[in-house]
Amino acid sequence: MSATDLAPGRRAIGRADVADWVAARGVYLGLLLLVVFNLVFTPRFVEVDNIRLQFVQVVPVAIVALGMAVVIGTSGIDLSVGSVMAIASALLALYIGYGPLVAITIALLAGAAVGVLNGVLISRFGIQPIVATLALLVGGRGLALVIAQGRLTEMFDPVLGAIGSGQFFGVPIVVLIALGVALVVAVLVARTTFGRYVVASGGNPDASFLAGVPVRRTLLSVYVLSATLAASAGIIQTARLSAADPSFVGNLIELSAITAVVVGGTPLSGGRVRIVGTLAGAMLMQLIAATLISHNLPDSVTRMVQAVIILGAVFIQRPRIAA
Amino acid sequence: MTATTSDRDPTLHLIGDPGEATRAANRRERLARILQRGGAFIVLIVVTLLASLVFGTRFASIDNFLNILEASSFLGLVAVGMTFVIIGGGIDLSVGSLLALSAVLAAFGSQYGTVVAIALPLGVCGLIGLFNGVLIARARMAFFIVTLAALLFARGLAFAVSNEGNKIFHINEDLAVIWLGQGSVAGIRVPIIIAGIAFLVGWVVLTRTRYGMAVTAIGGNEDAARLMGVPIARVKTVIYLVSGLLAGLAGLLVAARSSSGQSTIGVGLELQAIAAVVIGGTLLTGGSGSIAGTLAGVLLLNVINNVINQVGTLNSYFQQVVSGVFLIIVVLVQRYLSREQRL
Repeated sequence: MSATDLAPGRRAIGRADVADWVAARGVYLGLLLLVVFNLVFTPRFVEVDNIRLQFVQVVPVAIVALGMAVVIGTSGIDLSVGSVMAIASALLALYIGYGPLVAITIALLAGAAVGVLNGVLISRFGIQPIVATLALLVGGRGLALVIAQGRLTEMFDPVLGAIGSGQFFGVPIVVLIALGVALVVAVLVARTTFGRYVVASGGNPDASFLAGVPVRRTLLSVYVLSATLAASAGIIQTARLSAADPSFVGNLIELSAITAVVVGGTPLSGGRVRIVGTLAGAMLMQLIAATLISHNLPDSVTRMVQAVIILGAVFIQRPRIAA
Repeated sequence: MTATTSDRDPTLHLIGDPGEATRAANRRERLARILQRGGAFIVLIVVTLLASLVFGTRFASIDNFLNILEASSFLGLVAVGMTFVIIGGGIDLSVGSLLALSAVLAAFGSQYGTVVAIALPLGVCGLIGLFNGVLIARARMAFFIVTLAALLFARGLAFAVSNEGNKIFHINEDLAVIWLGQGSVAGIRVPIIIAGIAFLVGWVVLTRTRYGMAVTAIGGNEDAARLMGVPIARVKTVIYLVSGLLAGLAGLLVAARSSSGQSTIGVGLELQAIAAVVIGGTLLTGGSGSIAGTLAGVLLLNVINNVINQVGTLNSYFQQVVSGVFLIIVVLVQRYLSREQRL
């Protein structure tokens, strides 16, 4: 690397450009290759039902990953998202007797409350994001199980049923919700002052603070956003299963979400958020799992392949420091 | 820095004698350091005494204490490795999966004899740990992502070996490897002894060797450590190698203890290990920590579990809530104390 740095010839720049391009947009290349592979080798891949299924299955991860992308943009991390999904699911089952609207509102508010707790611990008390959200990962899952008394609760509510399995002109409602969320987050990041603050806080918090960026408030908002999105993913997941299963909902989703974000070209070091890349990252991981399953490869192999892909994606993006 | 010095002691430049304010600040700083280092031990003693008072001999018996020690030994082994990782400025998320993988491989290997049952899990876990270390130290990849991928990979491998978790391998009770989990020396179970040795060796290495100093230096300030000539890449690689090996050893002991290897164990163990290390006063920012504190943290978590089990009416899910709340409180206190020290 140092040799290329010292000799700023045309070819050296060209190679660095290719590396940068692959690091940032490799996910689209991967997605394209995977689709081509499936078109050729997977029978019944292009059927409407299958495509619809892939999109429906990716929704919870995609929504959680959108929040995660913003958090990672501030060079933070939110490990508590899976537990927040479980809490939202448990509360939904608990309050469904008061009507779906009340239950959904309470579940979303609970998610926001967890986000406030995360945000306060991180922005006010300066606790590392990984630790603060780790505590809520452990405690939150326990709380959800306490609320639900460890049981699976079946729910037959028409509104939840419509959210879970309804369609609008053949497009599943959950997919529309995810697209709406993606649009809002994309506008938030790219077109608002808040978005500028997020990227600035992630790039250099000290400089941002000195430049008058409200770093603490931005961090707080980011964790509230992430937790609220996680809660809505929990509600969607619950509506799709028409059952609340707090010991299962959102299990290990923090890993999938982080993977989607990182594969999508958002660097873990913060300072940049890629929304479309994140969605593509989520879709890529979903398609990999689906491809392996449709070719009768077991779950265990899927996990190992995912691990290798995560490493590959981050290896490409690793900071290029002169040795 | 000059500003804080003059704030603390405005009389310093006048009489050249440490004033009352300076002495008070020194006292506070010393107290903060004692609390930071020994806080876990103090809480451990208080909780143990309280539980003894409330539950009497149901809690405070030699048998129950030995049970707590045995339950602590598996987490303890993992936590010793995690202490080095965290002092070195990283985190190893793969230990829970490695423990499960090791247990499965130990039970799988036991059909070929004791040597394979020991060498196979330790070899594979050591290899994965080494791989973690090389990627983090040489390729400069984020420790979080590397060990996360190892978490996924090791669990996947454990499932692949055990036919998607459907096959549970059993270890023949006649094999010598069983002794590692179920044998005892002078009335003390072997896992307790092995964990004890690990803590002792860890303490000596951390406080009395060049390697321990190098780990602390890297965690404190990697650039400064590099300028001092510390071989960063080698030291870091060894940290993750040892963490993987210790997680493998813990899995081997679990398999020997239960005469079987299950691919579903150890989920979330990494979080418990991190919690134990942090509760023990090791700073998550790296550069400072103690093995003795980790021992106290591990014991404290297990005493709390034991107490919650004694209160039969308490739902076992409360255990998780209590651990989470505990972790937050400890980190908040730690944060406050380390701020106090810097004054």
